[in-house]
Amino acid sequence: MIVRILGEGQFDVADSAVDRLNALDAQVESAVDADDTEAFSGALAELLDVVRSVGVPHDAEAIDVSDVVLPPADATVAEVREMLSDDGLIPG
Amino acid sequence: MSLWKRFTMIFRSKANSALDRAEDPREVLDYSYQRQLELLSKVRRGVADVATSRKRVELQVNQLEQQQAKLQTQAQKALDMGREDLAREALTRKSALTSQINDLKTQHANLQGEEEKLTLAQQRLNAKIESFRTRKETIKANYTAAQAQTKINEALSGIGEEMGDVGMAIQRAEDKTANMQARAGAIDELIASGALEDVSNPGGQDDIARELESMSSQADVEAELAALKGGGSKPAIDAPAQDGAILDAEGSKVEGTNGSQS
Repeated sequence: MIVRILGEGQFDVADSAVDRLNALDAQVESAVDADDTEAFSGALAELLDVVRSVGVPHDAEAIDVSDVVLPPADATVAEVREMLSDDGLIPG
Repeated sequence: MSLWKRFTMIFRSKANSALDRAEDPREVLDYSYQRQLELLSKVRRGVADVATSRKRVELQVNQLEQQQAKLQTQAQKALDMGREDLAREALTRKSALTSQINDLKTQHANLQGEEEKLTLAQQRLNAKIESFRTRKETIKANYTAAQAQTKINEALSGIGEEMGDVGMAIQRAEDKTANMQARAGAIDELIASGALEDVSNPGGQDDIARELESMSSQADVEAELAALKGGGSKPAIDAPAQDGAILDAEGSKVEGTNGSQS
């Protein structure tokens, strides 16, 4: 599966790691819902670390769509919320 | 739905909406290619902007560090002359500079991070654009509507995602740089107003320097007087040189001034 970390590019992640990533993703989500900055940055950093360590950088010349897109490492809760809202940060 | 699924859907729809314009699929390819080149030049400009800001912050750190060293010397001189109050004032100013310097160093690290990210984004985009160009020409050459449409869609959503990502990186870098430039401008203003002395203009003196200098010229006068009283034949101009050990550069400067005055 191809995972994009915004600002860092795409990684090829083995399907066997998906369960682990899903669990971490759930943590990030609950931190966003609870507006808990500390839990959020911890959970996001861990999630991205796992992607970086388990995954290998996707070929730079290949033009492929990611299966999953993750927020950038320095994103804040507010930013993620804004991206998820209609008029997000992502240029259009 | 999990967070990353939501994130992915929203990101993808935004990234692709940019490319859903032209009618003829072959035109879409060329249009998209144009957009990619525009984005690439924007990223190049962004890298240059961030590098400029970083250099500016570097320069300011250097200036403030020089100023700090100067205050340290002044404090030492003031102490040597028994003026603890002046020394205290100099050290207080020095410690105020320390926090400014630390702030600037944090900014510097941030800017360096942005610069690296953008440089990476630029390399990635470059590789993708090159590969897209080849693919686009192949698709156009083999164009038969139904089959090409699928390939075009694949290529476009892949490149659209990359463009969305790089576009966001450049936007974030611009926002961060703008904040830092505002701060850097504020520090330039402080230096201009004299609140932080401009060390690039060593002729301009702050009040501590002025007081130290007037004290050392008094000391010179006393020394010359003593020399005259003491037996006279010695040229008076040599006398201040004895103070030179304490007063250092300042002393010799005063000596020069005295020489031209007499």
